[in-house]
Amino acid sequence: MAEIVLQGVTKSFGKTEVIHKTDVTIDDGEFVVMVGPSGCGKSTLLRMIAGLETTTEGEVRIAGKRMNEVEPKDRNIAMVFQNYALYPHMSVYDNMAYGLKIRKFSKDDIEKRVQRAAGILELGPYLQRKPRELSGGQRQRVAMGRAIVREPAAFLFDEPLSNLDAKLRVQMRLEIQKLHRELKTTSVYVTHDQVEAMTLANRMIVINAGVVEQIGAPLQVYDDPASLFVAGFIGSPSMNFMPGRRAGDGVEVGEGVVVPLPPGIRDKAGEQVTVGVRPEHFVAASGSGPVFKLHVDTVEALGADSLLHAGFNGTLLVVRIEGHATPQAGTALDVSIMPGKAYFFDTATGKRLKA
Amino acid sequence: MEKRVVFRSAWLPYVLLAPQLVITAMFFFWPAIQAVYYSFLLQDAFGMTSQFVWFQNYAELFRDSHYLSSFKTTAFFATLVATSGIFISLLLATMADSVIKGALVYKTFLIWPYAVAPAIAGVLWAFIFAPSIGIVTYYLKVLGFDWNWIIDPEQAMALVVIASVWKQISYNFLFFLAGLQSIPKSLIEAAAIDGAGPFRRFWTIVFPLLSPTTFFLLVINIIYSFFDTFGVIDATTQGGPGDATKVLVYKVYYDGVKAADLGSSSAQSVILMIVVVTLTVVQFRYVERKVQY
Repeated sequence: MAEIVLQGVTKSFGKTEVIHKTDVTIDDGEFVVMVGPSGCGKSTLLRMIAGLETTTEGEVRIAGKRMNEVEPKDRNIAMVFQNYALYPHMSVYDNMAYGLKIRKFSKDDIEKRVQRAAGILELGPYLQRKPRELSGGQRQRVAMGRAIVREPAAFLFDEPLSNLDAKLRVQMRLEIQKLHRELKTTSVYVTHDQVEAMTLANRMIVINAGVVEQIGAPLQVYDDPASLFVAGFIGSPSMNFMPGRRAGDGVEVGEGVVVPLPPGIRDKAGEQVTVGVRPEHFVAASGSGPVFKLHVDTVEALGADSLLHAGFNGTLLVVRIEGHATPQAGTALDVSIMPGKAYFFDTATGKRLKA
Repeated sequence: MEKRVVFRSAWLPYVLLAPQLVITAMFFFWPAIQAVYYSFLLQDAFGMTSQFVWFQNYAELFRDSHYLSSFKTTAFFATLVATSGIFISLLLATMADSVIKGALVYKTFLIWPYAVAPAIAGVLWAFIFAPSIGIVTYYLKVLGFDWNWIIDPEQAMALVVIASVWKQISYNFLFFLAGLQSIPKSLIEAAAIDGAGPFRRFWTIVFPLLSPTTFFLLVINIIYSFFDTFGVIDATTQGGPGDATKVLVYKVYYDGVKAADLGSSSAQSVILMIVVVTLTVVQFRYVERKVQY
């Protein structure tokens, strides 16, 4: 059990800085998910915690101790890799026992720990098999078993579910959640899948192009995104963005529609403002607020709800409505924004305009 | 699914195969059949008449102490060439695999010796180690070491082993490098996190995963030292001093060409053929089965 601290951490490959100054504190027992598009530097950050990449500047601390110069094996962490990284020539049992043997645990202790991990992960019947004789989900569980037998201070997960099919991914996600509830070990989990991030995280760290954009609990990040990037990345389908121009106390987003700016941010808004609206925050047009006259282009009926892709000012907006009230494609639809649910961003900097 | 090219024409595939088949038949099968035939004959000293003697040539071979000692020499030579060749090239491949800067240069230079003909390699090393003018001989003398492979059997053996190994290292190196590069990096990282140091990682993870490659190379190297080292030996020691470096394949040549005992020489080549066939069968059997990933 340990707290992980990244203080003023940067990473450069040659002259290119891939991780810009980052400060993160991961509390003891917390499950933190680092999420971002591929190539944003999230795996590099994780590998810096693991000690597989050097830290160019700043300090990595685990359990209060500076780790920059410490070898991976002495950091008391365990890592689960995307491709599982199981030793193909060893049985499931030996895969899990490998780290313990090296650390000179007694035979009885190894047996006890492996059996317990196998019990938790339901691997009992497969202990004598080779990794190639297992399914993808089972291999993933062996990889987790190898991590938990050592009872490390922290688990590091590097996109552990990306190689699994959709159904298995949902199942393994639940298992990881359960595992964390039982073991309460500090965990850092890297993924590009915002659904995984939303469902697993106590807190998530949204990373874009080597910069931490926002840190917070999933719903907090969802409800209160700090930037255009975060607003667009978290949530499926994505938030609708309408670039607009300042017009008095509002923002003109096209076709003569002016979205009024709340009083608190009128002074902060510049000339170029982007208005963001989540698909579920459109309602049938009522008396109050601006009315968007949309032309329904396509309808995706998902049962519980439907997604309308509707043309407005030359782009398509996504509107989520109740499943059976579906208008036909090709018809017109008037909607307005739920009161208080419009987000405003500075178009140039991408920063959220907040009161 | 296996991809197959289907020829519409009935004769085109045979025509395309014909040149290779003709060459194989002319230079491999025909001499092999002749060797089997001659191994049953006894010729007079001038090659005018010959007599069918069944297995007499073979029987005499196994009574001949020279032949049996040549077997021992060959086994010793092959063991040295195969093990040191594999060991050195594995070491080089491991080092080349971990080099980041200028890796291509190292790799290119390490592959070059393979392009050198065996006889040239032999001459090259014979010069380097020449008793009177060799550069290494000179430095050995400076160190107080008396080097003369022309009269010293052990030094002669060392010379042909060095020359043969040097030539084969490139081949081994290529296979080991490819093997090393096919091991996922995350395996090594996982082992590092599990607590294994570089040495332990190599012996518990990398080496077992290379075992199919190693086994394949072991067989290839044994075959190489049995048969392809003729050029090296002929260009340097010519089997001498005494019989110190007279390996089986050199004895086949010597007895047949120099000593003009065609029957015995043929019998020896048939025995060598049996050895190589056995080795090949073993290799295909086990290599196919032992592949781990």
